[in-house]
Amino acid sequence: MIEQVIPLVVATLVAGTPLVYAGLGELVTERAGVLNMGVEGMMVIGAIAAFAVTQATGNVWLAVLAAMVAAMALSVLFAVLAISFRANQVAVGLALTIFGTSLGSYLGKPYVGMALVVEPSALMQAAARLPLLGPILGQLHPLVWLSWLLFAAVWYFLYRTRRGLVLRAVGESPTSAHAIGYPVQRIRYFATLFGGAMAGVAGAYVSVLYTGLWTEGLIAGRGWIAVALVVFATWRPGRCFAGAYLFGGATMAQLFAQSAGIGLPSELMSALPYIATIVVLVLISRNATVMRLSVPASLGKPFSARA
Amino acid sequence: MVWLSPVIALTLTALMAMIVFAAAGLNPLSSLATFILAPVADLYGVAELLIKAAPLVLIGIGLSVGYRAGVWNIGGEGQLILGVIFGGYIALHFGTDGGVWVLPAMVIAAAMGGMLWAAVPALLRTRFNASEILVSLMMNYIAQLWLSWLVFGAWRDPAGFNFPQSQPLAPGALFPILIEGTRANASIIFALLAVILGWVLMNRSFVGFQLRVTGLSEGAARYAGFSTHRAVWIGMLAGGATAGIAGVGEIAGPLGQIFPTASPGYGYAAIIVAFLGRLNPVGILFSGLLMALIYLSGDLAQMSLGMPSAITGLLQSLLLFFLLTADVFIQYRLRYTAPARATEGAAA
Repeated sequence: MIEQVIPLVVATLVAGTPLVYAGLGELVTERAGVLNMGVEGMMVIGAIAAFAVTQATGNVWLAVLAAMVAAMALSVLFAVLAISFRANQVAVGLALTIFGTSLGSYLGKPYVGMALVVEPSALMQAAARLPLLGPILGQLHPLVWLSWLLFAAVWYFLYRTRRGLVLRAVGESPTSAHAIGYPVQRIRYFATLFGGAMAGVAGAYVSVLYTGLWTEGLIAGRGWIAVALVVFATWRPGRCFAGAYLFGGATMAQLFAQSAGIGLPSELMSALPYIATIVVLVLISRNATVMRLSVPASLGKPFSARA
Repeated sequence: MVWLSPVIALTLTALMAMIVFAAAGLNPLSSLATFILAPVADLYGVAELLIKAAPLVLIGIGLSVGYRAGVWNIGGEGQLILGVIFGGYIALHFGTDGGVWVLPAMVIAAAMGGMLWAAVPALLRTRFNASEILVSLMMNYIAQLWLSWLVFGAWRDPAGFNFPQSQPLAPGALFPILIEGTRANASIIFALLAVILGWVLMNRSFVGFQLRVTGLSEGAARYAGFSTHRAVWIGMLAGGATAGIAGVGEIAGPLGQIFPTASPGYGYAAIIVAFLGRLNPVGILFSGLLMALIYLSGDLAQMSLGMPSAITGLLQSLLLFFLLTADVFIQYRLRYTAPARATEGAAA
């Protein structure tokens, strides 16, 4: 029994991890009132940066760092246009996704079809010897463990620190936050950059650890699912964290159905995460009161101190 | 002034292209001239430009109706694929009968297919308040998987050496050629019709007025008694119908059969076309031609310089970025003001 459950748990955790990173990053960004729909593009750039660095150096941590820097560079572009210049956030986010996706496939051309061999780290081998959780932890890259720490950190930051409170205040009412003397634009920049960095990690996880193989369209809408995940989570980290694994499970269902010989077309199973996203969005959005109470009040609206 | 920013954006994109050429060790100026002029140097080239511009203009017009009303239809790609599936079904099953009704039936079916796909986000938005951006985008992935399932399965040509492709469409199921000796076909007529209909709808009809008011101020629209739900439906269905027709135009035109990759990203490129054309039907006609030229130049760069085909998408998306930036500089006068000092302590 336990032998059958462990692969299921491991697979769900693995598939959910990029969504944990990208979702929590976007959640912090949106909590500051900034709607960055360019997560998909930032993930693609993070994915190619990490893939290229791993290919060259073999060092996964260096690759993750490169992915964070590359995706953050893209989020700076977003921040300048959408926060400083007050351009339409949806339009800039879309442009960021289209740009990131095409830049990714341009830069990734030489890597198409290449595979990476990532050795299990010493940490994983040590973790595998732990009692009880060993069989699960030993199969998960430390980047997965870090995503749990990230969740704890984001939760603690948003609800138990002064800076987190200020960030939420900026998202709810930038005018009030500004009136009290908080630098609204700077806080929004930090939140956007954090979202960019986390999207980068998510992309790195997908290209280096999840697939380990570069193909075009590798991210396959995970960035958009992360944006939907934040809505599903009603902007709360705990629900975002749990929701990521729910979607991870939906991705995994196809592999298990295939191995169990269930005669459904593989395309239908591949469509499950997208269908699940739509269903979940509908279920959460239909309650207008919940949505109105949960959404950061200034989400998507540019702010100017003089307006 | 509203037309200044596309011009600036174009200039900046051309500059970026020149930087790319220089990096590849070419003379930037003469290569730029080559890449702009060579694809359209002869009649065949111009015809190629027109058949690439036709779907872009068609979808761009459809999307712009929604964008004007503040309805973000990002699902053009999926709606195009539904046009391929629905139109393709008619073509594969009734194409050999050769009846004159086959082509009109294909076009109508394709439009219905695109509208069906667009109706899902419209319904979920109006009935359940779900974001049409996210839903229409998810529908793209689902449509692509549906088409793959068909072409890898039931529709695969038994004589196609196991390649994922359908049988070639029967001659009766192909759009008529407009210019002898080229591939320019009737999809150009649909694009021109869409420009005219789009202009009449948005600039000369009450519905268009209602849509524009809804886009400018939803509160004002509701106060005037204009239904925002209706705006969502019209905006979405316009995009779906045009994208569907563009989709069938691909298989009944340049492709001649059904492939899993029936669209070279026209559904996404059309978003750029709509913005670059300032959501104005005539503007979209020109921006569609321009984006089509970038497609042709990209193909040329791929063939003659061995550049990745992604250069096309890269230049197109840069164009959109420059456009959004130029808009800001035209709409606002940016001034740098030194940040106030005294509040620093309180913020920390």
